[in-house]
Amino acid sequence: MADEALFLLLHGEMVAGLYRAAEQGEGENGRCTTKLESMGFRVGQGLIERFTKDTARFKDELDIMKFICKDFWTTVFKKQIDNLRTNHQGIYVLQDNKFRLLTQMSAGKQYLEHAPKYLAFTCGLIRGGLSNLGIKSIVTAEVSSMPACK
Amino acid sequence: MSQSPGRKQENHKISRELFVLTYGALVAQLCKDYEKDEDVNACLDRMGYSIGIRLIDDFLARSAVKKCRSYSETADMIAQVAFKMYLGVTPSVSCSSAAGNEFSLILDKNPLVDFVEELPVERASLCYCNLLCGVIRGALEMVHLAAEVSFLQDRLKGDAVTEIGITFLRKPEDRKHRRN
Repeated sequence: MADEALFLLLHGEMVAGLYRAAEQGEGENGRCTTKLESMGFRVGQGLIERFTKDTARFKDELDIMKFICKDFWTTVFKKQIDNLRTNHQGIYVLQDNKFRLLTQMSAGKQYLEHAPKYLAFTCGLIRGGLSNLGIKSIVTAEVSSMPACK
Repeated sequence: MSQSPGRKQENHKISRELFVLTYGALVAQLCKDYEKDEDVNACLDRMGYSIGIRLIDDFLARSAVKKCRSYSETADMIAQVAFKMYLGVTPSVSCSSAAGNEFSLILDKNPLVDFVEELPVERASLCYCNLLCGVIRGALEMVHLAAEVSFLQDRLKGDAVTEIGITFLRKPEDRKHRRN
């Protein structure tokens, strides 16, 4: 789908643009990640609203997480989450072995230190989606080897 | 396919909405970062340019179009194939100069502003879709066509339609000379 290329490029540009501006300005990297995450938050809120307009009510938290892993992820990234783990006490780990925003970057350990920048937006996306479904959450991401991420 | 065709349409719509919402969040963030509208416009144009120089590869790979032989063919290609492929709309093309190097694309439906009602008062001269201008400019440059692209009319600013003007900077005679 052509839209995907456009979104990937826009996302890449956003990350690059924000970091470039930060380098010229104050030079604070943490702020950029926060900005990206809050942008993702806004987008996630809007997107989940439009997406769940016609779906049935969710039974519980696990149901919501499964929805995020299957339908939401499929619509946004054209594939499902590969692995969902939970400790049934509020912590969920979503693992994607071929994260779409990272596949174009590398297939191993190269550029690993730059990977978190590209995940900030998606973390915000999930947090925004969950927040509009009534769940307060903290979303973090971890990349050990591209393009897989948790 | 376990999903019904209706669902596929919806997914297609949602991915477009993802792009539109992301773009909106980006513009909002830029407005927070920069006070002057010109700075935001310039930033959007620069980003669009970087996207355009990469998007052209994707476009040529997907569409496999033949080389355009004239500026008007190029403008038609942009309107009928590229816009349709990436944004799902087909602007109409009109040539607005006798020399044949100025064209305008008229969009009566701009998907990027689907969720925007109006520009805030303090941002009256913001070109919300300036990214599009940068994208077109960057893409054309990668196929060796220098052009100036700008918004001539903008629905968000009260005009009837959204019009993008493309001015090709090299005259057709130069191209003929190069071939010889």
